[in-house]
Parts: sequence; C-alpha cells; structure tokens
Amino acid sequence: MSKLSVTKRGDFVKMCIWRGDASGGSFVDYKIPVSETQTVLDAVTWVQRNVEPGLSYRFACRVGMCGSCAMMVNGRPRWTCRTHVSKVIKNNQIRLEPLRNLPVIKDLVCDLSDFFAKWLKANGRFVPTATREHPVKKISPLSRQRQAANAAIECINCAVCYAACDAVEQYPNYLGPAALNRAWTLVNDVRDDGKRERLRAITADGGCQCCHSQHGCASHCPNELNPARSIAGLKQVAVTAIFKGEV
Amino acid sequence: MIRPHQKQPLWLAFAVHRMSGIGLALFLPAHFYILGTVMKDTRPLDTFLHWSELPLVRVAETGLVFLLAVHCFGGLRLLALEFLPWTPYQKTLAALAASLALFVAVSFLLNGI
Repeated sequence: MSKLSVTKRGDFVKMCIWRGDASGGSFVDYKIPVSETQTVLDAVTWVQRNVEPGLSYRFACRVGMCGSCAMMVNGRPRWTCRTHVSKVIKNNQIRLEPLRNLPVIKDLVCDLSDFFAKWLKANGRFVPTATREHPVKKISPLSRQRQAANAAIECINCAVCYAACDAVEQYPNYLGPAALNRAWTLVNDVRDDGKRERLRAITADGGCQCCHSQHGCASHCPNELNPARSIAGLKQVAVTAIFKGEV
Repeated sequence: MIRPHQKQPLWLAFAVHRMSGIGLALFLPAHFYILGTVMKDTRPLDTFLHWSELPLVRVAETGLVFLLAVHCFGGLRLLALEFLPWTPYQKTLAALAASLALFVAVSFLLNGI
C-alpha cells in the first residue's frame, strides 16, 4: 500500500463516525488503513465492510453525479465520493456526521423528505406551455434568461447547500438554497407557465426574504453553483412583482 | 464560536454587519437620551462633551464610528447585492466595505488628536 504524503505519521487514519439514530448517539472511533487517492466514501465503505457491518450511510454513483453521499466532514458539508481523505484530514483524523439541518434516520443517513418537500413548496416543478404536439420552441442559448437558468441548473440535489445554511438552521420553514435555486431556473425558463404561483411561493413564509446572504451555499456547493446569486435574483424579481401588485 | 462551515469571508461580513447593528441599537438609545437632556438643561451635555474628550473615551468613540461606518458600507454592499445586477466580486466588495469603515474610523481618531 502506498503512503499519502499527509499521513507520513502512519498508515492509518482515525475516523470518528457519528453512530446513533433520531433518539441520539455518539462518535465512535475507527482506524482506517489509507491508500493513495482514497476518498472519504471509500474509507466509510472500508469501515462497513471490514469492521462495522451495521454502519448506515448512503451512496450510489460514487462519481459525483447522484448527490446521495453528502455528509459533514470535519464540520463542513461535502460530497464524500469526490473528497479525498488527503484533502480533509486534520491531525491524522477525520470526523464524520450526518448532514446538518436534516433529521437523522440512522448513523450517517438523513431523512431528506423535508428537503424535497420544499422543492415542491417552492413550485420547483416545470409547468409546460406546450404539448408534444407542438413544435419544439427555439431558445437561443445566448439569451440573458437562458444563461441565467443554465448557470444554476446543474444541481444534483445533494443537500450540501441546505446543510451549510444557517438561515435554515434558525428558521426551519425557510425553503433553503437548493429549492430557491431550482425556482430561479424556472423563473428564467421562457417555456414555463407557473411563474405567478412560483412568485407567490418564493415570497410566502419561508421564501427568499429569509436568506441572510451569508453565501455558505455558494462556498460549499460541490458543483460550484451559486444559489446565493439565484436567491439575489429571486429577491429582485419578488420586489418588482410586489411593486407591480403581482403577488 | 465560529463553526467550520462558517469559516468563509462572506459569513464574516454577515457577522460583522449583525454585530455592528446590535452594537448601534444598544448605543443609540443612550445617544438620544444624552441629546434629550439639552431640552431641560444644557449642563449635563456640556459635562458629557467634556468627558468625551478624554483619550480613552475618544478611542471608544472611534469604535462607535467604526461600527456605524461598517454597518453603513456593509448595508450598501447588501443593497447592491440584492438590487443591482450580480457581480462576482462579492468578497472584494465586503473587503472594500471593511476597509472604508476602517479608514473613516482611523480618520476620526487622528482628527481628534
């Protein structure tokens, strides 16, 4: 086994993993053998396969596409399949917890029901203006609106931004960065017909006005999206709509 | 205590804006009370103004000026963020707001020496 430069002190890393469920829990230490290019998800998998078969965690694609393996790594939300152990190790140890702001089911697995319910509450569902019988609408990729939508559209629903957001922590009704980012893509989608209802949703209780512009979402998004920018855009749209009496 | 996920410049800008706002909210009632005393008698205000010339009080006043300036410039930054076209230089703008506030506060301090 080759050694990582960051683990010259030994071939093992101490991994403190939160074990428990909704009723409570505590950190349990595991000693993990390290290998080159090992990701945090690889290390968790090693624990489950070799030490603790009962350890619960989520993953699917392992390549940063599905957004299911996010956890708190040393206090920061991250996608663990694309996070190298060598990048996050501190004092030869890594601390893993379930994502913040979400109810825990077991160990590192959170209940994402609220997170996705807020997508629907923000009217994150596309409302078509045409049917399959209609010709495909031509939309210039250079148009201002399409560029704004494209800049925000690659969200993988990993909930990292939601876990990084202090506004969600302080006000649980807040829709959160991911749902509002989705709403912003639809506000800018000229094919969408749900704008009025969406405007009501994003200005209602828990809407975009709850954002404190801390930019935690933007600084943690693994896909380098900027939900803070999307929310700022929504605030402008919302204020304009309020002055026009549309909401 | 700053938690790991909060360790980024724009969270710090938020925290400074919030703390300066709370500081000003606590200061302003005292400020208006002192000004209000003039309505009955000018002597308490004169005594207070004399007292405020003490070096230590002057330094404390500099802190207040910094709070006011950093809250003002930070507020302008937020208004620009929320009502003007997006700019990718948000961290630079936050640093600029803090720098301007420091400049104003230091100018106030040097002007009184």
